[in-house]
Amino acid sequence: MPIVETRNLSKRYGSSLAVKELTLSVESGEIFGLLGPNGAGKSTTLKMLTTLIPPTSGGALVGGCDIVRQANAVRRIIGYVPQLLSADGALSGFENLLIFSKLYEVPRAQRRARIEEALEVMGLSEFARKLVRTYSGGMIRRLEIAQAMVYRPKVLFLDEPTVGLDPVARQAVWERIGELRTAYGMTIVLTTHYMEEADDLCSRVGILHLGEMMALGTPAELKASLRVPDATLDDVFVNFAGTSLQTGGSYRDTRRARRTARRLG
Amino acid sequence: MTHEGLGAPRAASDSAGAAVVRLVKKTLVIAELEVRKLRHDATELVTRAVQPALWLLIFGQVFTRVRAIPTGNLRYLDFMAPGILAQSVLFIAIFYGIAIIWERDLGILHKFLVSPSPRAALVLGKALSAGVRSLSQAAIVYLLALLLGVRLNSNPGAIALVICAVILGAAFFATLSLVIASLVKTRERFMGIGQIMTMPLFFASNAIYPIAIMPGWLQVVSHANPLTYEVDALRGLMISGGSAAYGVGPDLGILVGATAVMTLIAARLFPRVVA
Repeated sequence: MPIVETRNLSKRYGSSLAVKELTLSVESGEIFGLLGPNGAGKSTTLKMLTTLIPPTSGGALVGGCDIVRQANAVRRIIGYVPQLLSADGALSGFENLLIFSKLYEVPRAQRRARIEEALEVMGLSEFARKLVRTYSGGMIRRLEIAQAMVYRPKVLFLDEPTVGLDPVARQAVWERIGELRTAYGMTIVLTTHYMEEADDLCSRVGILHLGEMMALGTPAELKASLRVPDATLDDVFVNFAGTSLQTGGSYRDTRRARRTARRLG
Repeated sequence: MTHEGLGAPRAASDSAGAAVVRLVKKTLVIAELEVRKLRHDATELVTRAVQPALWLLIFGQVFTRVRAIPTGNLRYLDFMAPGILAQSVLFIAIFYGIAIIWERDLGILHKFLVSPSPRAALVLGKALSAGVRSLSQAAIVYLLALLLGVRLNSNPGAIALVICAVILGAAFFATLSLVIASLVKTRERFMGIGQIMTMPLFFASNAIYPIAIMPGWLQVVSHANPLTYEVDALRGLMISGGSAAYGVGPDLGILVGATAVMTLIAARLFPRVVA
């Protein structure tokens, strides 16, 4: 049974359609990647699925609950890591995890053990009492993944989890994401514009371009569909979107990506 | 693998009682966050003390000599001390909305909104946070007032009610601030509006002069201004020999009602900040 199911999900901003009639389903236990350049509608899709913004038309079920009418029930089973580094810099790493463990109603008796385990796994134990504003970008990302380990959602939505990270930090984040799935059976839905990320991590990929789903399948299937030897996901993208992944994206998205990259150092 | 507290959607089976318990718990978590931040960096508390100190020391001292304002049986400094406390609470709370815009820009707000917390708890949590911050202002104003020889009421019951009045006043103006932030959505616009609002809120109230000396139209405005009722309650509670013109009970009741209405509006509006 699919754990995320969208039907003709659409979002309109003024006269432009950010997401057009998106229909897809994600099976329980998958790592599903929404792939596309800036401005493709990936973040908007994630914001709708996480109940942050209502769709203009169409709908979606997460864990069998409607994202609009049963938003609260959806919130109980999901986690969300926004594209921006969103841990609170004025609190310590431990406190960030503690506050969210309470918001997510982790039983008191399990809080401390889960937090310490998550910090340990993410390699942050020795920085637990330090203020997050002293962390590097990669550490903040790992702290945010630790947050999800503490409250253990059924579905975790990650928006551009490795944007602005250096290759080493990026590799570390990929490994941790994979561990979340194997250790807790989480379903993971992430957005990315890195082909290697989709190839390395995702069991299935949907290619999004200007708000429309152009192709859907496993990375291997998509590459094989081109009938070209040694095709890469980049080639797949060019084939389906008629444009390279590196172009496109609005000024606002570009500016935001740059700002995030700057904050990450 | 465990999923305690996260498994089956329980919302539908929640009784009203459980919903209230959840609202209170989540509100306290948000306020706890604020207290923890203050513990890490308390310098702000000190810088916030400067403004009320200047009002009491300069304005208060001068107008006590002038005897220009009819304050009944109270010395002018005794009359204005509660007003200055209410003012410093107002100035802290009215800019609280900017924190929401800031947290939106950082992406922190998104995570709170995605968590299974009632929207009203997120609003009330911020309101209570403003209240907690304001308590340090109350301590500072009490200290200054003591040094300046203001006749303070030391009855513990009265002091407990002062704490209530300060928290309620802060909560009202913080939720008002959240509503404004939800409407204007950017920091620049918010700063402009915040500055425009503080002046009339402060001067169209009984904070530093009695309403009776105002022209008729301004009296009407002042009676609609919740700050008036906060000051009135504080005047009745803080100062020995002071009295609340409208009664402490009705004053606090009006503040509770106004905060409740504003919380409902803010809980409706502020999730739109992220849209």
